[in-house]
Amino acid sequence: MAHSVDDSGHGGGGTRRDFLLLATVAVGAYGVASIAWPLIDQMNPSADVLALASVEVDISKIAVGQRIKVLWRGHPVFISHRTPEEIKEADSVNVADLRDPQTDAQRVQKPEWLIIVGVCTHLGCIPLGTAAGDPRGEFGGWFCPCHGSQYDTSGRIRKGPAPLNLAVPAYKFLSDTTVRIG
Amino acid sequence: MTALALTKRLALAGLIAAGILAPALPVRAEDEALPTVHWSFSGAFGTFDQAALRRGFQVYKEICSACHSMNLVHYRDLAALGYSEDEIKAIAASVQITDGPNDNGDMYDRPGRPSDAFKAPFANEQSARAANGGALPPDLSLIVKARKGGADYVHDLLTGYAEPPAGVTMQSGMNYDKYFPGHQVAMPQPISDGSVTFADGTKATTDEEAIDVANFLAWTSEPELVERHRMGVKAVLFLIVLAGLLYALKRKVWAGIH
Amino acid sequence: MSASAKPPVFKNPVVRWIDHRLPVFSFMSHELNEYPTPRNLNYMWTFGSLAGIVLVIMILTGIILAMHYTPNSALAFNSVEHIMRDVNYGWLIRYIHMNGASMFFIVVYIHIFRGLYYGSYKAPRELLWLLGIVILILMMATAFMGYVLPWGQMSFWGATVITNLFSAIPLVGQHIVTWLWGGYAVDNPTLNRFFSLHYLLPFVIVAVVMLHLVALHRFGSNNPLGIDMKGPQDSIPFHPYYTVKDMFGLAVFLIFYAALVCFAPNLFGEPDNYIPANPLSTPSEIVPEWYFLPYYAILRSIPNKLAGVIAMFGAIALLAVVPWLDRSPVKSARFRPIYQQFFWLLLADCFLLGYCGAHPPEGWYVIASRLGTAYYYLHFLVVFPLLGLFERPRPLPMSIGKPVLSAEMAGSVAKTKVTP
Repeated sequence: MAHSVDDSGHGGGGTRRDFLLLATVAVGAYGVASIAWPLIDQMNPSADVLALASVEVDISKIAVGQRIKVLWRGHPVFISHRTPEEIKEADSVNVADLRDPQTDAQRVQKPEWLIIVGVCTHLGCIPLGTAAGDPRGEFGGWFCPCHGSQYDTSGRIRKGPAPLNLAVPAYKFLSDTTVRIG
Repeated sequence: MTALALTKRLALAGLIAAGILAPALPVRAEDEALPTVHWSFSGAFGTFDQAALRRGFQVYKEICSACHSMNLVHYRDLAALGYSEDEIKAIAASVQITDGPNDNGDMYDRPGRPSDAFKAPFANEQSARAANGGALPPDLSLIVKARKGGADYVHDLLTGYAEPPAGVTMQSGMNYDKYFPGHQVAMPQPISDGSVTFADGTKATTDEEAIDVANFLAWTSEPELVERHRMGVKAVLFLIVLAGLLYALKRKVWAGIH
Repeated sequence: MSASAKPPVFKNPVVRWIDHRLPVFSFMSHELNEYPTPRNLNYMWTFGSLAGIVLVIMILTGIILAMHYTPNSALAFNSVEHIMRDVNYGWLIRYIHMNGASMFFIVVYIHIFRGLYYGSYKAPRELLWLLGIVILILMMATAFMGYVLPWGQMSFWGATVITNLFSAIPLVGQHIVTWLWGGYAVDNPTLNRFFSLHYLLPFVIVAVVMLHLVALHRFGSNNPLGIDMKGPQDSIPFHPYYTVKDMFGLAVFLIFYAALVCFAPNLFGEPDNYIPANPLSTPSEIVPEWYFLPYYAILRSIPNKLAGVIAMFGAIALLAVVPWLDRSPVKSARFRPIYQQFFWLLLADCFLLGYCGAHPPEGWYVIASRLGTAYYYLHFLVVFPLLGLFERPRPLPMSIGKPVLSAEMAGSVAKTKVTP
């Protein structure tokens, strides 16, 4: 309704009415914005979703060489307590040969703990290799059964159609036995 | 307007006012007048007293939670009572929550987390009834909104236990309460002097415990109260200003017409 | 008609391009700047636009609530509490929607009584009035179903009582009830379909409101004097006069609405509805929301089930035929002194019925409900037609316009008997 004010009023200062109009519209606009924010913010994650935005995992029971899978923000996260052999393997790869070049050091905070998001970067299947008895592929890491992508002991893509390494989520060691993911 | 019409209008206004207020007035055709407490959260500018909420939480945790669930409140909500993140983690971890099934298909117990709901004392309604002589202790998450009289109802019930007067026969398993509707309540008196030792050192009389737990239960029913009141003050003041501006604008626009 | 008869020319070329192909801008310009509105409308005429705005608020908040609500009997109650506790500003949106229903009925009831007082239902506005009654009925259906959705004790038992009314219909009644329920009692199927229909009906209301506005614009608004506009001296353009006046009315309305939502959000509610629905336990008193109380009183005032149902629906049907019941050629109650008294009596009667509806049907409440129902029917079926035939109205003024008449002149003009 942005019509200019009609000339139907006689008398009364024109500029005074314009100022009044301006002030009223400004105050009104502020009111509209104030009520608009809650209507938009309600679609942001609610408190219960935010409460699960990070998950704390007790890693004290994970033996060397063992891997576990935890749920974080609706996705699986692999936590691998790597053996010295696995760490050495991860370090000794020529980074220049990798499809998605990253050194192992860039992907871990402590070398014995590999924490990666268990979603194949090809089309989103969950690679096998976490549970005991799972196939791990040629590189000792993970093997995605959907289209054959193979990841190494640092979760980097080595063979198959996936374009990127398995993602590393934000995480923090709260102590030697607890890590907070997200 | 004639005097007659004006009288009619006033009578009408009175009727309207009565109609609006009538449901809000306490309606209890009982003998005993209901005591009311001045609550810090009542009125347009009411807020919660965090110290009272913490004491009330202590009463709930140590006494009421033995029988009453609080399924709609989560440990993370306790931040509103002034607890730190670590304190909340500790409170949550002090209970064992059933989770699962694990990879074997079994349910297992684990320490609570802030994201968990308050642990319920019973797994289901039937188990709760079996443990309480057939009566179901209601969930307390909304109790203050779910009862006429609100926080006063809770406080009065808890402080109203007494010996039944002469001539009143109690049904088996029931307890006499001066203020409870019908005077016979299945719950035995849950609190008394010194039932809890308050962490902040406040003297734990029955009345104090009742007031504090009623405060806490008012918070569990309406955790948004403080923000709602704050927003209300801002909104009403803003709208009064806006209405004033619009009225001035209206008069200006209509100046030629009148 | 109006000062400028030629179509407006828009400066903006994009606006011109659109308007040439889809004349929305010309339409808006005509409705706002040229459409003649009586110059003497008082604040009772702001309630129509208020009702429209409340409808928009209800649809907006309702769609948002539907993003977070789950219409399944096992999950509904907790999903509403999830909205109240965890969804950002969920409590605000829920309370706005919940109290918006009450505000909608307050505004619409005042709007209706305005129509009754000033004779806005009279020819040629009968269809306008009828469409309004259709809107009222749709509002009642929407509100009834909406109240069931939180699946509290009152939701469940109110649904049970009201759907059971249909069993009063001879022969097919019980089948209709089973069909409505989708089962042998109010349960999950009922809840699910009520959610679907509660989402649908407001858009039907929007459509009928548009028809209502088209019907209104056919002859324009009535006015407090109840006499037609006779020329441009009687009218002013809707914009800016009534746009700014309606906005002021809106601001005042919002003060009450905001105060209600923020300081007394459960004033119109029932504590029992904060208890999850329990099919095995009936609340001590089943009470509908306040805006249904007068009809509830009428329903319970008649001891026979079918007759009570007929009386209740009849009360609304009576409203629909008011244009044909009222025989008076004079529209506005300002000039109908006897009718005026009966108007206030009707209003008091509605409050009385509402008050009775809130209490159990015992003792004095029964007598009062019966008297109230009797008077309600009497008012429409007897008073309206008879007054039209026998009442001597006050002399009508010459016209709406001429605001600069002195009191003396105005008095001498008013004494001249004019046929409306």
